Amino acid sequence: MILRAERRELGSCRAASLILTQSACVLALSFCVTACALAQTSAVDEIAKYRAALQDGNPAELWEARGEDLWKQKRGPKQVSLEGCDLGLGPGIVKGAYTRLPMYFADADRVMDLETRLVWCMVTLQAYNESQAKKQPFGNGERKSDIEALVAFVTSTSRGMPMNVALKHPKEVEMYQAGEKIFSYRGGPHDFGCVTCHADEGKRIRLQDLPNLTTREGAQKAYTTWPAYRVSQGELRSFEWRLYDCFRQQRFPELLFGSDASIALTLYLARNANGAIFDAPAIKR
Amino acid sequence: MPDPMKIRATTVGDETEVKVLMSHEMETGQRKDGQGKTIPAWFIQNVSVTWNSKTVLSAQWGTAVAKNPFVSFRFKGGAKGDKITVTWVDNRAEKRTDESMIA
Amino acid sequence: MNRGRRKALQSGGATLLALLAANGWLPSARAQSWNKSAFDAHSLGDTMQALGGGEPAQSKEIAFFQTPEIAENGAVVPIGISSSLPNTQAIAILIEKNPNMLAAVFDILPGTEPTITTRVKMAQTSNVYALVKADGKYYVASKEIKVTLGGCGG
Repeated sequence: MILRAERRELGSCRAASLILTQSACVLALSFCVTACALAQTSAVDEIAKYRAALQDGNPAELWEARGEDLWKQKRGPKQVSLEGCDLGLGPGIVKGAYTRLPMYFADADRVMDLETRLVWCMVTLQAYNESQAKKQPFGNGERKSDIEALVAFVTSTSRGMPMNVALKHPKEVEMYQAGEKIFSYRGGPHDFGCVTCHADEGKRIRLQDLPNLTTREGAQKAYTTWPAYRVSQGELRSFEWRLYDCFRQQRFPELLFGSDASIALTLYLARNANGAIFDAPAIKR
Repeated sequence: MPDPMKIRATTVGDETEVKVLMSHEMETGQRKDGQGKTIPAWFIQNVSVTWNSKTVLSAQWGTAVAKNPFVSFRFKGGAKGDKITVTWVDNRAEKRTDESMIA
Repeated sequence: MNRGRRKALQSGGATLLALLAANGWLPSARAQSWNKSAFDAHSLGDTMQALGGGEPAQSKEIAFFQTPEIAENGAVVPIGISSSLPNTQAIAILIEKNPNMLAAVFDILPGTEPTITTRVKMAQTSNVYALVKADGKYYVASKEIKVTLGGCGG
């Protein structure tokens, strides 16, 4: 269905080419090809201007501020803050932590991404039960998500730092391989997979270019610009949300928040983005 | 209680540039919920910005201002450490005031 | 932005007085400061009438900046307007094909630059009017902004 949308967008250019081909007017055909290409280029340029105009004043900052407050507030049954939470660089160290995630945590004996680790800290430090901590993983209008706010705050402190995800522990290696497998797995009612959209160069949906996530460059560009404020939703979206929504769009079963499948895909993409400068929370259409 | 605003005020030559992000749904009153019921309009109607105690901008907004509104403008004068205060009032008569120093 | 120095002064507090004013039962400054009939208007003529002006004159002294010709999503459309008309008193944004045309009115007070940047919602591709009140008269400039649909999930 994504391909169908693409076809519709290109429809007018294609139809014009077809008619002209039939009339065998080679000169006119070449003119049309140029004109259509030009129209598309200028549209892409204008969209680039639109994106540039949004950069100044990213509402993600509102989430970052709320997240910082949540991080420092004494909360939960134990009334302690999350400032003692170990995100991988030691208790309380936030800056740079996101560039190392997901990673293996010995205390949990599990590979965790940021969202999962935040839930872990809410449970172990603040004594929330797990279902309370996971109750609202994604925000929706007035029902705000504490997790998304915390994600905005933690990731914002890694802005400008290079991605540096290790595959040292056997469980990290295992998780990465699982992520790679899930990425190329096709299934569901449409025989779809991540690879259907994200394993070739030059694919797009309407005017949105789709990154080829199997290349280093594509993974870098995509991974370093999440989380992001989605203007179409008016929400700050975490990477877990991005994967959750990709699964929904593929008509796959629901990707459970904090599941191994979600962490595996995150690790696969984060690792492939190594070396790139993290630049989020971003703002996207 | 509404979330705090983000106010950034900086001196640029002999002027001060003010940028404000507000946390607000800015519901249009045109949308319907899952049950087909119209979601009532809920939006900021009035915004005022003061420098120390002088009003430098006042605005009236309708429902077409984007969710989580952003506004930027400049005024003459202003020095580092001066106080910038922003207040909004919405159609539910909810109000929020935040302040920041010119940096 | 220094969050440590910023603190909330007031919030919430729907006092009875504010409630009455908001509902138009009290002739307070609050009630007068939001021009309901202008925001309810559907046409340029009705909006102008509600604002207390006649037909605005086209002006080249009003410019759009940081305003794209194509919006990738109509939910957030950046608009920048500046006026070089002497004694600019107010800048308003009107969107022709929105259910209500008037989006915002900014009063430009003495000492404030007649330049404003904000973001609006657009229901569809439409002309956007930058309406300026200068020296008691109204002037206008317009720009068409195309609204596209996003990729997956709108």
